[in-house]
Amino acid sequence: MTEGCSGANGSCQCKTGDRREDAAMQSRRNFLLRTAALATILAPGVTLYAFGGEAAAANPTPPVSSKVRWGLLIDASKCEESCTACVEACSSAYGWKSTGHPGTDPQWIRKVSAKDPKSGAGFSVPVMCQHCANPPCVDVCPTGASFKRADGIVLVDRHICIGCRYCMMACPYKARSFVHEPVTDQKPDAPRGKGTVESCTLCAHRIDAGGVPHCVEACKKAGREAILFGDLNDPSSEIAKRVATYRTARIREDLGCDTGVYYTNI
Amino acid sequence: MAKVEYRKCTEHSVFFWGLLGLHILVIAAGLGAALYMEHYGHIVTGMSNQIVWGTPHVFAVFLIVAASGALNVASFSSVFLRLAYKPYARLSGLLAIALLAGGLAVLVLDLGRPDRLTVAMTTYNFKSIFAWNIYLYTGFMGIVAAYLFVMMDRQLQRSSLPTRVMGGIAFFWRFALTTGTGSIFGFLIARDAYSAAVMAPLFIAASFVYGLAFTVLVLLMMSREVRRSLIDDDMLGKFRGLFILFSLAVLYLTALHHLTKLYAAEYRSVEAFLLRDGGIYTAVFWLGHIGAGNLLPLGILLIWGSGRHAWHAVATAAILFLIGGVAHMYVTIIGGQAFPLRLFPGMEVTSSFQDGAVAGYWPSIPEILLGVSGISIAMLITGFGLKLLPFLPRLAGGSPLQST
Amino acid sequence: MVRALIAALLLGASIAGVYVPAALAQSQTGAQNDLVPHPPKGRGEHCVADTAFMRRYHMTMLKHQRDETVHEGVRGKPFSIGGCISCHAVKGADGLPVSYEDPKHFCRSCHDYAAVSIDCFECHASRPGPKPQDASAEPEPGAPGSTALANYLQESHP
Repeated sequence: MTEGCSGANGSCQCKTGDRREDAAMQSRRNFLLRTAALATILAPGVTLYAFGGEAAAANPTPPVSSKVRWGLLIDASKCEESCTACVEACSSAYGWKSTGHPGTDPQWIRKVSAKDPKSGAGFSVPVMCQHCANPPCVDVCPTGASFKRADGIVLVDRHICIGCRYCMMACPYKARSFVHEPVTDQKPDAPRGKGTVESCTLCAHRIDAGGVPHCVEACKKAGREAILFGDLNDPSSEIAKRVATYRTARIREDLGCDTGVYYTNI
Repeated sequence: MAKVEYRKCTEHSVFFWGLLGLHILVIAAGLGAALYMEHYGHIVTGMSNQIVWGTPHVFAVFLIVAASGALNVASFSSVFLRLAYKPYARLSGLLAIALLAGGLAVLVLDLGRPDRLTVAMTTYNFKSIFAWNIYLYTGFMGIVAAYLFVMMDRQLQRSSLPTRVMGGIAFFWRFALTTGTGSIFGFLIARDAYSAAVMAPLFIAASFVYGLAFTVLVLLMMSREVRRSLIDDDMLGKFRGLFILFSLAVLYLTALHHLTKLYAAEYRSVEAFLLRDGGIYTAVFWLGHIGAGNLLPLGILLIWGSGRHAWHAVATAAILFLIGGVAHMYVTIIGGQAFPLRLFPGMEVTSSFQDGAVAGYWPSIPEILLGVSGISIAMLITGFGLKLLPFLPRLAGGSPLQST
Repeated sequence: MVRALIAALLLGASIAGVYVPAALAQSQTGAQNDLVPHPPKGRGEHCVADTAFMRRYHMTMLKHQRDETVHEGVRGKPFSIGGCISCHAVKGADGLPVSYEDPKHFCRSCHDYAAVSIDCFECHASRPGPKPQDASAEPEPGAPGSTALANYLQESHP
């Protein structure tokens, strides 16, 4: 009826409507304030949960940038035909190996020997994914699993790879392998499994941590230093300086893929 | 023009049911093969890192190409207003959907991870012709289904416009689909045997041949089943003429493809491989694709195609065209992969990854079962479709079945 | 009316028949209730997020972070599968962490109960690897249970 009314004889001298309105507005205001306070208290917690809990404060590395373009420079004159240090290092680091079926065994990197049939002159170099700037494998992948990272590394996102092998048809360098058998005992930083396509990752997790790929390290350990790794976009890097100074060639440069792997003395 | 009535196939001959039963068995075997391949990995097949697409893809692409061609008969009547073909338009649409379903099933079951089909249907890279093909193929099924609906609905049939519109859309779509299928190979710069714009029109010409062959064979089989001829002599003559025309188109475009590549010095080695030194690929090309697949049926049609033996001639030619189609796909897909990639042109290359070496490939049993089951899927869908829906034409005053 | 009463009694009896023995067993033997999973505690004080949150959203967080890591190279965020494995490794009888083929594996303790099969470990290692300073050590050729793991994966994930 007439709450909040304190008139003497029950009649109200105040403007009852206003009073009631005031009271209602007051209670509304209280309610809103209370809710806002509660929300303010809860919000950080909710936000914290939404964005990953209290450990979200850990230091993640920033996303890779296209200011950098990683590449390799391979000197064929330092590379000996019988040496396979790079291949063995990659193989043992990532767990791909020969199972006795050369046709289906994966090979992320292999030594290729080429010989001129007329003169007999030849060379031997390691060939791996060339990390093209215009990768045909990325163009043809239906799900986008084959992709180029901002810093130039071409990778397979094996979570969305459906195993159609179109990228293997498209690659001019035969860089990609298909996993034909179930895989067990994977290395923790090298997941790989049956039914997806894989290739050289330029040891992305190592270079993200500031290191060099396994093949480069192994070649250095073997005393040859035939493979050089670095940032092609940085004019002060060793690789950029050498590419600018010496005559280098890239495999099937005529195809226009703009590969990131350079070769000298081939 | 005589009014065409359509009916379901209500006959129940033992032969027909036996045939459907055989298709079911083949499909079961194909599904078992797919499960086996998925469980143990592709190591159990003949495919390798060199020959990445094998027999299942040969059959899948063959069926997909035939599917788009099977719609031609309907297109003739709806788009080009050749009303003589109208009685077969519904069957043609059904066959197109069935063949495409068979081809797609084989393609999907051969994936390395077929459990990720939902990923394939939701995540797209539209620079890939494969991604476009997913929409082209499923869209084709939807459009042809709508086309069939338009052809069957009495209200819509009062005017000829809906049929012409849907027929036009289906015709355009089917051209896009076959172009997309040919471009799967035509767009690849890596392989010397591909990378040619002519592959798209070549696949279109091939689709005309295979699609018509399937249509004619299904019509002849159903004529036997309903004990009444579904094709009269006039129609048979038209089919014969179309076969000759399309087969000549295939021969022309194949010749163009190879002669152009032979002219360029850089492709001479791959052409020498395919046309002369390729062993099984050369044999399948000349004897399978060109000989048994085109020249022989052309000869049969030209010599015996009219007159007393016309029925036998057309039936035999249709079967030969289909065999030639599988051979054509085999040489294109597998022969094209067998030739090594040229990493260092002009050099002799060897490695532990079979660089520089011609890849060997033998189809394995699971692959063959999976591939063939695609044809059975298509035929089973067609058979059930004909039984359940009124697609078979009954021409007023149709001629009796010629005794075989 | 009588029939409804009898039906209600039977229903109640059958429900009780499930819960009461379980409760009795629990109270008598002190063993854990078998009706809910009991994932073993991980290393350290707490997980990277609240248990209730992780129970519901761990897959969402994993998927989101894997896309960041794979496509953008962002590393070091808390929701990596390697991070999960390193803290939640369950030791087997020989003191070494068990792999996914062993029912005691952390992920299996809930996923077996929920009957939700996962295929993470078709590609990812289900046991933590050697510590970073041992990364240059030679890998063991046949880790214990690797054949059993292969067999298990074949059976449960055809």
